[in-house]
Amino acid sequence: MAAVTEQTLVDVENIVEAALVDAPVNISSVGVWDVERVRRDFPVLSQTVNGKPLVYLDSAASAQVPQVVIDRGSKYLGEEHSNVHRGVHYLSQRATSAYEGSRERVRRFINAREAAECVFVRGCTEGINLVMHGYGRKFIVEGDEIIISAMEHHSNIVPWQMLCEEKGARLRVIPMNDQGELQLDEFEKLLNERTKLVGVIHISNALGTINPVKEIVATAHKHGVPVLVDGAQGAPHLNIDVQDLDCDFYILSGHKLFAPTGSGVVYGKRELLDRMNPFIGGGSMIRSVTFEKTTYAGLPDKFEAGTPAIASQIGLGAAIDYLNGMDRAAALRHEQELLEYATARLNEIEGVTIIGTAGEKASVISFTVQDIHPHDIGTILDAEGIAIRAGHHCAQPVMQRFQIPATARASFAFYNTREEADKLVSAIRRVIEVFK
Amino acid sequence: MSELSDLYQQVILDHNKKPRNFHKLEGANRHADGYNPLCGDQLSVYLQMEDDVVKDVSFEGTGCAISKAAASMMTQSVKGKTRGEAETLFHEFHRMVTGELDEEATPNGLGRLKIFAGVRDYPARVKCASLSWHTLHAALHGEEIATTES
Ligand SMILES: Cc1ncc(COP(=O)(O)O)c(C=O)c1O
Repeated sequence: MAAVTEQTLVDVENIVEAALVDAPVNISSVGVWDVERVRRDFPVLSQTVNGKPLVYLDSAASAQVPQVVIDRGSKYLGEEHSNVHRGVHYLSQRATSAYEGSRERVRRFINAREAAECVFVRGCTEGINLVMHGYGRKFIVEGDEIIISAMEHHSNIVPWQMLCEEKGARLRVIPMNDQGELQLDEFEKLLNERTKLVGVIHISNALGTINPVKEIVATAHKHGVPVLVDGAQGAPHLNIDVQDLDCDFYILSGHKLFAPTGSGVVYGKRELLDRMNPFIGGGSMIRSVTFEKTTYAGLPDKFEAGTPAIASQIGLGAAIDYLNGMDRAAALRHEQELLEYATARLNEIEGVTIIGTAGEKASVISFTVQDIHPHDIGTILDAEGIAIRAGHHCAQPVMQRFQIPATARASFAFYNTREEADKLVSAIRRVIEVFK
Repeated sequence: MSELSDLYQQVILDHNKKPRNFHKLEGANRHADGYNPLCGDQLSVYLQMEDDVVKDVSFEGTGCAISKAAASMMTQSVKGKTRGEAETLFHEFHRMVTGELDEEATPNGLGRLKIFAGVRDYPARVKCASLSWHTLHAALHGEEIATTES
């Protein structure tokens, strides 16, 4: 059995390499961002909603999926569908090779040392829970402290609260200023010999703030404390190099990265992942099972019990190919231009207040309009075909910090246009008109 | 899809701007809090029951125009009603906004509340319209907390 497995792995690696070489390429001429051409890669965007062309400004909730990702998913379902790591038969080997190929793509995308450090999970929430169970429950005890920031998504708050409750540990919070920037001097003061983990959001989904994660990691490491970075919003807007950041965990969410829901990644340093407890128990994560004792598989299988979301994870690999095939620097520049443009235009409207004005921001704009409730804004914009998010963005403490019940949020991806920002602005003027 | 103006009718906008019975009720003997966990909306309904009659009713809280106007008009329409009558209205209102009751075809006591019929074309907003009614229902039953996620 072992021999077969090893042989299979060798084959798989060969196929993986082959697949990586002929990844689809879609290069727009260097430096110039041809947004109209890019939009054609995303079939969703050509729809009309309520008789108006769809203006999709909710990529921070879920980004749209390019045709190449859809095609890759249907290829798996149509030609390769079978379970991974379980069969010696042809289909299972193809599925395994595609699945592992995706892991290798993730590795390169975030510059992890080895693919085994990239554990597949179903999303960012599951990823953070994996670290809570695997690392937190094993190493954090009564009296210990966990530091998170004031702008975390609920997914990076609630698991730690659950752990604190269970262990008698304490949650401490890095405050932020009125611009929505973390107060790093306060962070330093929170670190002490009881601190066991720091969890911080890379880019705030509620404010757009880009946090100086590298600096935060360096500070925490001076105290010997590992750092988990919630990269759900980081990876879509920045180039991620986990070795350069030197973070201990980096969590990705596929559906924010132009891939299907059900895909995601926990990057962790091998040294930590090795020492951690497994998360979910079951098939695939074992080395051997008897009724007396189970020994666990090595990385990454130890953390991947059960049949994963294979089509989605393969889709994530295809999404990464897509991103690699574009001029990413130009894409990110385009997003920054949209951010600046939309910010300026929104600021022209009397009654609009932008929440989150950090110096370093991604193309996510939270705002309020007079005292009009964001849900009403969202409904009226929807009638114009404009999709935004309205609510607390799973970040109620952020809302409390700014003393507002909710915000409206427009988030821009590289496929959005200035015209769409203009449409947003006119629609907000209409909202004000309705509520006059 | 109905027109946006069916949803944001003048009456609704007016109740949003000037909600009626929008305060804490001194002398209330029943009270419940309602939450819509999806959007964070939160409101409290206060009742002063005398025997089986809603002698007085009020509400407080934060929410969108639909939820505020619905709460405001809810208080107006249940004041003076018996508990049974208020419950009947709750059920009728709920069935109307979820599209189970054709308020024009089937006899009912909704009256002015019919202006919320348009909400049924906006599934994401049905809970906004019904939050105050769920909270009223909870208060009538002596429960402290209502949620739209039942
Ligand atoms: C910053 C951040 N963290 C975590 C999450 C949760 O991610 P997922 O939906 O993949 O579980 C989100 C998305 O809502 C997010 O924006």
